Amino acid sequence: MTATLPPTTGPQPGGTQPEAPLAAPRPALAHDWRRIARMGSIAAFGQVFIALSNMPVRLDERLIVKPVLSLGYLVLLILPFAAGYRQGHQIKREGVPTYAPGLNEVVGGLSCGALAGGGLSLLAVLLTHFDLREPLVNWSPILLDLLAFGNATWFAAVIWLVIGGGMGAAGGVLRLLGPRIRRAVVTMALAVAGAAVLESLVVDLAEGLGLETLTDRLYARRGGVNWSSALGLAVVSGLLAVVGRGRFRQARTRVTELEGAKRTQANVGLILLTAAVLIVLPLFAGKLTNELLANVGLFVLLALGLNVVVGLAGILDLGYVAFFAVGSYSAAVLTAATSPKIAPEMPWLAALIVVVIIAGLVGLFIGAPVIRMRGDYLAIVTLGFGEIIRLLFLSDWLSGWFGGSQGITNIPAAGIFGLTDVAGTDPRRVFYLVLAFCALAIYVSWRLEHSRLGRAWMAVREDETVAEAMGINTVNVKLLAFVVGAVLGSFSGAIFAAKVGSVFPTSFLILVSIVILVVVIFGGMGNIIGVIAGSAVLIGVLGGPKQPGLLVEFSEFKLLIYGALLIWMMLARPEGLIPSVRRTRELRQQEMAQDAWLRGEVDDDDGGNGPAGSPSAV
Amino acid sequence: MARAEVRPVRRRARKSRTGVDWFLTIMRVAAITVIGLGLLAFIAQEINTDNPFAQWANPDATGLTGAQFQGLIISGVTQGAMYGLIALGYSMVYGVLGFINFAHGEVFMVGAMTGMITSNKLADAGLWESNFVGSLVFIMVVSILVCSLTAVIMERVAYRPLRGSPRLIPLITSIGVSFFLQNASVVLLGPAAKAYPDVPDWIRTKHTFLDIEGAKILVILVAAVSMICLWYFVERTKSGKAMRAVAEDAEIAALMGIDVNRTIVKVFALGGAMAGLAGILWGILFRSVIHTTGFLPGIKAFSAAVVGGIGHLGGAMAGGLSIGVAESVGPLVILEPLGVSGVSQLRDAVAFAVLIGVLLLRPAGLFGERLQAEDRT
Repeated sequence: MTATLPPTTGPQPGGTQPEAPLAAPRPALAHDWRRIARMGSIAAFGQVFIALSNMPVRLDERLIVKPVLSLGYLVLLILPFAAGYRQGHQIKREGVPTYAPGLNEVVGGLSCGALAGGGLSLLAVLLTHFDLREPLVNWSPILLDLLAFGNATWFAAVIWLVIGGGMGAAGGVLRLLGPRIRRAVVTMALAVAGAAVLESLVVDLAEGLGLETLTDRLYARRGGVNWSSALGLAVVSGLLAVVGRGRFRQARTRVTELEGAKRTQANVGLILLTAAVLIVLPLFAGKLTNELLANVGLFVLLALGLNVVVGLAGILDLGYVAFFAVGSYSAAVLTAATSPKIAPEMPWLAALIVVVIIAGLVGLFIGAPVIRMRGDYLAIVTLGFGEIIRLLFLSDWLSGWFGGSQGITNIPAAGIFGLTDVAGTDPRRVFYLVLAFCALAIYVSWRLEHSRLGRAWMAVREDETVAEAMGINTVNVKLLAFVVGAVLGSFSGAIFAAKVGSVFPTSFLILVSIVILVVVIFGGMGNIIGVIAGSAVLIGVLGGPKQPGLLVEFSEFKLLIYGALLIWMMLARPEGLIPSVRRTRELRQQEMAQDAWLRGEVDDDDGGNGPAGSPSAV
Repeated sequence: MARAEVRPVRRRARKSRTGVDWFLTIMRVAAITVIGLGLLAFIAQEINTDNPFAQWANPDATGLTGAQFQGLIISGVTQGAMYGLIALGYSMVYGVLGFINFAHGEVFMVGAMTGMITSNKLADAGLWESNFVGSLVFIMVVSILVCSLTAVIMERVAYRPLRGSPRLIPLITSIGVSFFLQNASVVLLGPAAKAYPDVPDWIRTKHTFLDIEGAKILVILVAAVSMICLWYFVERTKSGKAMRAVAEDAEIAALMGIDVNRTIVKVFALGGAMAGLAGILWGILFRSVIHTTGFLPGIKAFSAAVVGGIGHLGGAMAGGLSIGVAESVGPLVILEPLGVSGVSQLRDAVAFAVLIGVLLLRPAGLFGERLQAEDRT
């Protein structure tokens, strides 16, 4: 954007553009007003949708900064701000001048934001004069009250124009700031928001560590960051951001530039450090935090399994929940005394071996018929299989085996060599168990990724025909991906059965598959760290299909947010937050080719002349 | 055209038989055996429930009476007609853009919801009872408009920016759209099931002259009429010609002066309209709608589109009818005689099994696919 970009590490989508000199700022009122009207009204629609979804009312109880800002109001501030910031975006093209940001951006942002806020003003007026509660369940005086801050309607109408305009202008101002200050501002906002979101976690840990005084000062009694400490936090984080600018990146480049043994040492050190933190942390955390960690761990395990199938081999499996279900049910049948038909009451670890074999066989059974289908048919058919498996567990026909809708209850705790029993009543032990399996899954997927098989998967993902021509048996390779994914998923299922103590068909809805898919895509398909980070952020903060996250208030809205997130990720960043290098190259092939062309590095043999070389597989 | 593309793949498969091929052959044989045995047992039961074969297959067998069988077929055809209407949208979009619009089932749900809201408003005003036919036409028009708009917005926001990206990317996006629409309905309209207002007697009761409920006659009639209208539109009008041209080859169509974007918008609008119509029919027939209403019919309609040969309009309708009849008759004619208990719970499983079976035995569908050359891989 501006002159002092630090040297980029790794491939940045869009690449480094040739720096064009910035033209003088545009005059304040020279706008494409139609564009502003369009963006503003889209944002206004969004605002009305958010308001009518009951998000503001439901989230109002959760305070971010003690008397000033609640999460409910925060969700109403985001869109005007984003519209105001987005409005100042200039498309950089060869031969089109780029203007320096100036008053123009602020005015544009202001009008965009005011329009967005105007949506709420209009809504407030409509709320007073019409009664649409019949179809719209949240059309209520409570919402009006919230919009008007307890005052009259006209107040709501005016105040939201002002607030929207203010947020939009703030978004415009953000464009004016230099990159250094902008980063500091963003860090400040993120620090305060993060502190508020992580509140229960931080308080819990602080109690364990005996640091109550610190959290008492930071957080208000009934939730939310104190006004004064929020200010302090902002200042500190802002300073850190300014001082520490680029240090982190430098450190990372230094590590990646290390070679041979030193690199390995650094990696081992980093892994040991992470492991130590993860092992020590739960000792100081309370039950709720450990429960949260255990849930996140279960989803990390599932996501790692799906990552092998979707991320490495490029097979879009929408019925992944089937393997989770098979793992759970077979563990339940093998260990529980109450299992209806056969109840061998095996110890959990012994049962796990059988579970793995069963899951592998089911993987083969589901995989074999679908493996030759084209990618999109395969997705729908796996979805069908996922649903068939759930329907079979639910049906009366097999209820003699699996208990039908009653499921299987009283599943005993998982015993580990007679050392401990891992049951849901002690989430800390569950977490350690999950951690051990996650470590195994990470090791397996890391070794597989760099093995002959992993390279074969990636080749199949990039172009099946070429891979076949290179002598890869595509059918077997893809089947193996299915089986590995199934086995990893069944681990998670077996732990889930022991943790919850009962299995019901309703735990294995298709939406579980979709949530895992969102997690994998959000984090970055094909990248182990990305997948782990994705599950930690999404499942930890928003929660899984049935498991609450840190923002418990969001439980009604998390699926909506997952859907929106999936669309947005695909449109804006299909390679995920922490992308795998190869994956990005595949997904951005055209853009990269164009960038190379712009830089003058045309290689005629390498699809350098643009759109012709589009990848045929995901 | 499609067949010529499929054949070499088969020939190669025959040359070198791998473990997967053997497995698939065994699966095919097993599937055919189960279906055959079930049918034989069914016939044996129909002849005489005491004969040894029927007794061996299922000692508690009762067989079906003629009236029961007719009822099953009729309800299968009714459901199938609605699947067919939805399938048209999948089929047309796949034909033109080459990707599965997974969210199309949710458009159908939006239609059913719109119908619920409008008809309840009309019932409050007293118009629903006094002028039922007029109200019905009105809610159909409203639903068609809303659904077309939804589909068009969907295309504009989520799919147009992704045109030309790898095939699975828009599919994943459409899963996101589907999830979003479903949950938007939950947060806006509430998670409970919502009822349509009462319908007049002639809709609810069976008619003497065909022994079918009025609602089912209505569904079949409306589906037939809209199918004919759609056929006329696609085959006889200029816009329809443009659609077919874009489906054949978008680039060449653009060179011939066809506005491809506009044509694609029309395709989405048309598909949305059909789904909206199906939504209303669903509402009239079952008189209850919930946010998950679109999921299963959506998947089954997609199966119908595949069964009929994707990109093929008549095929979509035929596929819909066959899926509908299969899921209503299949459990009772094939599974029940074999002694499977609680078969009515397995109807959805049967519908999926039909999809898997067709993709295994005849991936191009019953009538062959009509796709752009580069989509047939």
